[in-house]
This record gives sequence, C-alpha cells and structure tokens, in this order.
Amino acid sequence: MVKVTIDNIEVEVEPGTTILNAARKIGGKIVPPAMCYYSKLKGTGGKCRTCLVKVTKGSEKDPRPMPKLVPSCSTAVMDGMVVQNITSPEVLEARKAIVEFLLINHPLDCPVCDQAGECDLQNLSYEHGLSETRYEEERRTFEKIDIGDKIQLHMTRCILCYRCVFVADQLTEKRVHGIMNRGDVAEISTYIKNSVDNEFSGNMIDACPVGALTDKTFRFKSRVWFAKACDAHRNCTHCGGKVTVWMAGNDILRVTGRKDKYGEVEEFICNECRFEKKDLKDWVIEGPRKISRESVISQNHYMNKNKPEKKK
Amino acid sequence: MEKKILLANIETPDFGKFETFRKQGGYAAVEKALKTMSPENVVDEVKKSGLRGRGGAGFPTGLKWSFIDKSTNNPRYLLCNADEGEPGTFKDHYLILKNPHLLIEGMILSSFALGANTAYIFLRGEWFYLMKILDQAIEEAYAKGYLGKNILGTDFSLDLYCHPGGGAYICGEETALIEALEGKRGNPRMKPPFPAIKGLYQNPTCVNNVETIAAVPWIINNGGCEYANVGIGKSTGTKLISACGHINKPGVYEIEMGLPVEEFIYSEKYLGGIKNGKKLKAVIAGGSSVPILPTELILKTAKGEPRLLSYESLADGGFETGTMMGSGGFIVMDETTCMVKSLLNYSRFYHHESCGQCSPCREGTGWMEKILHRIEHGQGNMHDIDLLVDIAKHVEGNTICPLGEAAAWPVRSSILHFRKEFEAHVINKKCTFNNG
Repeated sequence: MVKVTIDNIEVEVEPGTTILNAARKIGGKIVPPAMCYYSKLKGTGGKCRTCLVKVTKGSEKDPRPMPKLVPSCSTAVMDGMVVQNITSPEVLEARKAIVEFLLINHPLDCPVCDQAGECDLQNLSYEHGLSETRYEEERRTFEKIDIGDKIQLHMTRCILCYRCVFVADQLTEKRVHGIMNRGDVAEISTYIKNSVDNEFSGNMIDACPVGALTDKTFRFKSRVWFAKACDAHRNCTHCGGKVTVWMAGNDILRVTGRKDKYGEVEEFICNECRFEKKDLKDWVIEGPRKISRESVISQNHYMNKNKPEKKK
Repeated sequence: MEKKILLANIETPDFGKFETFRKQGGYAAVEKALKTMSPENVVDEVKKSGLRGRGGAGFPTGLKWSFIDKSTNNPRYLLCNADEGEPGTFKDHYLILKNPHLLIEGMILSSFALGANTAYIFLRGEWFYLMKILDQAIEEAYAKGYLGKNILGTDFSLDLYCHPGGGAYICGEETALIEALEGKRGNPRMKPPFPAIKGLYQNPTCVNNVETIAAVPWIINNGGCEYANVGIGKSTGTKLISACGHINKPGVYEIEMGLPVEEFIYSEKYLGGIKNGKKLKAVIAGGSSVPILPTELILKTAKGEPRLLSYESLADGGFETGTMMGSGGFIVMDETTCMVKSLLNYSRFYHHESCGQCSPCREGTGWMEKILHRIEHGQGNMHDIDLLVDIAKHVEGNTICPLGEAAAWPVRSSILHFRKEFEAHVINKKCTFNNG
C-alpha cells in the first residue's frame, strides 16, 4: 500500500491507483470533478482536464513538485505524494477556465434539456463557472441527428468527452460511430449511412455527461426530478436486468442503468430492458432508489420530504 | 564556424546515391560500430557527445536512449520523426532531400544502440516525393547489405520502412505519431506511460528527430568527445537552421552552436541582412511555437550580451526576455510587418491543427484566433488584449500535449513585446500596416 495526502487528508491505496480514485476513497468535497473519466470503461480520462490537480510533492523518494497541473484521473499516486485539489487557488482558477472553455460550445439550455438535473456540466458550472460569459464569437451549432431509432444526437451540446466512443468500442459489436474531423469542428457521428442499433448501444446515453445523447423514448416526457426513481429488476437473457425505473405514478417513463454517486452506471444494461420494457408488469420493483449524487434529483425528491404532520 | 557535419559534401553530384555517399566515407560508422563496438559503447559515445534532440525539446539523446526498457523480451522500435510541420521549419526536409543515406546510416546505428530490429521513418504526408528518394535509398542499402538480416555478416538485423503520414501537424508529437503509425487517428496519448516503456504496439520505443539521428554517424566516426568540442557549453555540435522571412538569403544553414545571432542575420555568409535594406523588427528563432523577440532582445540578451544561437543563450532571461532554440525555424520580420496579422496567421494554424481531444486546446485555440481576427480587422477593444493573454495562460500547461504551449506562447510573447501595436489596431479601428 502507498500513502498519499490529498488536501491535507492522508489515505492508503493500492500501488497504481490514480489520484482521482484515491480522492474518491476519501470522498466528499475533495474529489475532483470528472467529465470524461469513467471508471467502468478502460482508457477513459485525461481529455476534459476538469480533474487537474497540483502535486506539491512527487513522492518520498523524489519530493520535487510536478511542474504543471496534472490530470488526477490518469496520474498514478506515489508513496508520500502530496496533492492539492480544492486547497489550491491555482487548481480552482484552472478549473474555472476549463468550465469556461467547455461552455463555449455548450449552450446553457438546461431549461429544455433532458439531461437537466443529472448533468455533470450543469453541476460543474454551478460550482466553478462565471456568471457572465466573456465569449462574444460565433458558436457552433448542429442539426439534431437520429443516430439510431432510439437515440438522438444533439451535437450542439456535445463536449467531446469521448465516453460514448469508448462505450461503443468496448461494449458493442459492429461499432459504427466515432469522432469525425478535428479541433473544434470535431463531431460525433455515425459512419456514412449507418445507424447505431447494437443491443447495448443505449449505454452511450447513460455515459454521456451532458445532454448530447438522449433517449428518444423519454425525451420531453418529464423532468427527472418530477419522476420517482426505483430500483427494479427482471430476468433478462442479455444483461443482468438490474435497472432504475423512473416513474410517474404507475407509469414507467424511462429505464436507466443504476448509477453510483459519481454518476457512473454500476452495470451496463441492454436495449431491450432500457427501451422496450416500460410496463410495470415487466419489472420487480425493489424500492426507492437513493440518489446520492449532489444533484437536483436528490433535492425535493419524495424520499427527502418530511411527512406533513396532522393538524391538531 | 565552418564546421559541416550534416551537410558536408552535399554538393557532390549524385550525393543521394549509395555509391557516391559510400565513396565520401558514408556507412563507415556502421562498419565501425557493428564490428568493433557494443550497443552500450554507441550509447556511451552519444552521451559523451552531449547531443540534444533537434526536434524542439532539446532533451539529451543518450539519456533518452538509456530510458528504453530493456527488461522485457518484447521487440523494441526506433521511430524517426520526419513529420516536420512547424511553420518556418524545413531543415529536415532539406536534409532528407540532399542526404538520405546519412539518415539511413544514423537509423542503423541508433537501432543497433537501442537493440531495435525494426525501425520506421514517419514522413510528413505532404512530402510524398521525398518518400521516393528515401525508398530508393533504403532499397540501395538493402541491396548492399546494410539493411536486412545479419548486416555486414554480424548478428544484427534491421528492417527499415518509410511510412507517410496523413499530413496533420499533431502527428509530429511523438505519441500521436505512434498512434498514427499504428493506423489510428493521430491523437496524442496520455503520458505516462512514456514511449520508452510502452510505445509502438505497447512495446519499448524511441522517437528521435531526423536531424538528431543524422548526427550519430559523425559521432561514431569521430568520437563523442570530438562532437562535444564543437559548439558551446551544453549546446554541442552543429545545428541546422531554416531561415525565412524578410532576409536576402533564405535557406537551410548548418551552423556551429554558439554563432552570434547578429552575425547570422547580417553576415553575407549566412542570411545577408534584411531584404531591401529595411530595419529588423522581430525574430521567431525556433519555429512558430516559440516566443517572438523584438530586435533589441534577439540581437542582445537583457544583460546586454550578444545573443548566440545556442539553447542556453536563446533561453536566457526566461519567457520575459528570452525564447527557445525549438526546431530551428528562424523567421525574420522587418519593420513593415504587422505583428497582429502575423500572430493571427500562427493562431489560425494552431486552431486548425488542434486535434480536439482536450478542452483547453480545442476551444482556446479557436477563441484566440477569432479575437485576433477581430483586432486585426479593427473590430477589437482594449479588453480583448487582456482577454487574449488570459486565455493563453489557461491553455498553456493545461493540455495533453505541447500544442497548447505552441499556441499560447506566440500570443503571450507578441502582446508582451508589441502591445502598443495591438492597442493601435483597437484605437485606429484598422490595421495600420498596409503590407497586404
């Protein structure tokens, strides 16, 4: 085991653990945000740069500080390493700048976005963003594209985190989509005349940190914070069948994978469970889902409501 | 300052052909190394020579070679970075054009030192015609027994391939080069692991620049100490400088490290002074990605000492008053040059060439170009100048690869040294330099 100190809190972790995962072991406010890293997908991370931290001491053997901020999601800890996250003004300034960069080509259309309430960028902007933009230039916009019969791509919102590309690469056969072009004209797209129809492709929606990929069977049906989330399961021949169903009364509005407190699905689910099983009879309801993310979903949820007391 | 190591004899007719090159002493270093030296001896000689990477970073070559993971039995690879794409830099192109066999000889020696049995020259896509020259030279080397199995009857075997890139600037970054060579999109990889541990096909790999590799034969022939005697201080040997801009004699020059910048610009032997007798205004000394310096700082350091063409002297003073050797692309600007327009050109380039993987580079390079475009066309305001500096500061150091710095440094240094010109554009609401 190696010892690492993050924001003055010491933790012991396995050698090879990244700074981000060491921070997740400690938990709380000192966990750096991550827009592109996804622990369930190999090779993710390092791209969005929101998780940059300052290493003030490399290790016991080599105590020199690292010359630049490093991405915590892809930098392994060393024994004796000292890291600053929210205790470093430099890190907070850089994070503020990264949020500004990300919002250049991401509209703040949260009021009409299906991802509102469970959007990582929304939370990140709230914590680190500026109240006014300094960007006066033209922004890029795209027409919405149906990249499959169940998934809609709204590239205007895409922050090019590559998570959906990794999902496609690692979970689905016959991958048909990826990144086209480069720089700020890069875009997610399917190959010519192809559409995404693999039975695990719906997981791209869960992995998308913003509202670029949305579930066409749920779009505009409800705001997520109005729906009640319940854990449910069924016998599925394709996946584990463990899901979260989002209901209004007894109607199932949408089905997603169960997400942990960092917004990452615990188990990937198949398209049949996600898109086709919307009847209450299809599922065994286990009980209310505890949404532990710092999100609007966990606010005002029926679970958190105090039962009104009877007037005497 | 007449020393010629890389460009010696290049004016000999048919010097690019094997027989001519051989008659002039070519491939003697291969014979010497393979028959009388061990790979460790070759590494030691390169270490003694003080040779530093000529691609831009200036990292000690021998030290870089010693990082190669020799603990595994996996194959090792040597990759020659011939993807030279920095605006203003064209010295590798010239070297390959004039002296292809020197590069091949260097590849054999370097591969021998690293224990690599397969090597690639990753050639910039736009230089397809150079590929024919290299392929011809490689074919000749195979035919004469300098490449292939059991070279010169020794145990050492080497296969050498020339591989054209797709013509993206980012493929000059070593990990993007590896990705491209593997047939993937040329996106830089996250480091660590470094290529010396996991490079091409996840095997130990060393990536060196054309000019670096081409210096190895002379070092083996004459000894590392002899090479270290050429040049000045820790800037040993010679350096190819590709000079362009408002000068009388643009071209590629081989200079001994330590040549005064003033002599290089004004001497008839080199650039022959500023074109049409105009005054010197600024120089970018190491390709467009390094800080620009005005006349008073490029000819003399902040301490008033003559500025020399060496890693240390060019960097003297740090970002505030210094610059870098970089890739050796020496861009000279006279008094008629509009600094805003010039910077806009470079910013357009870096915006266009950003791979788009990481947010600061993807969004920041475009933002800077758009603001510069407004300022140059009289639509900027004073606040934009500070905003540019702020954006550049947040792109710099926060990106996956050094393209962020390459895009940010020209912006920061141009505003640092020529701020009044930016302000003049804002005040006059137009470009005051009518130089087209």
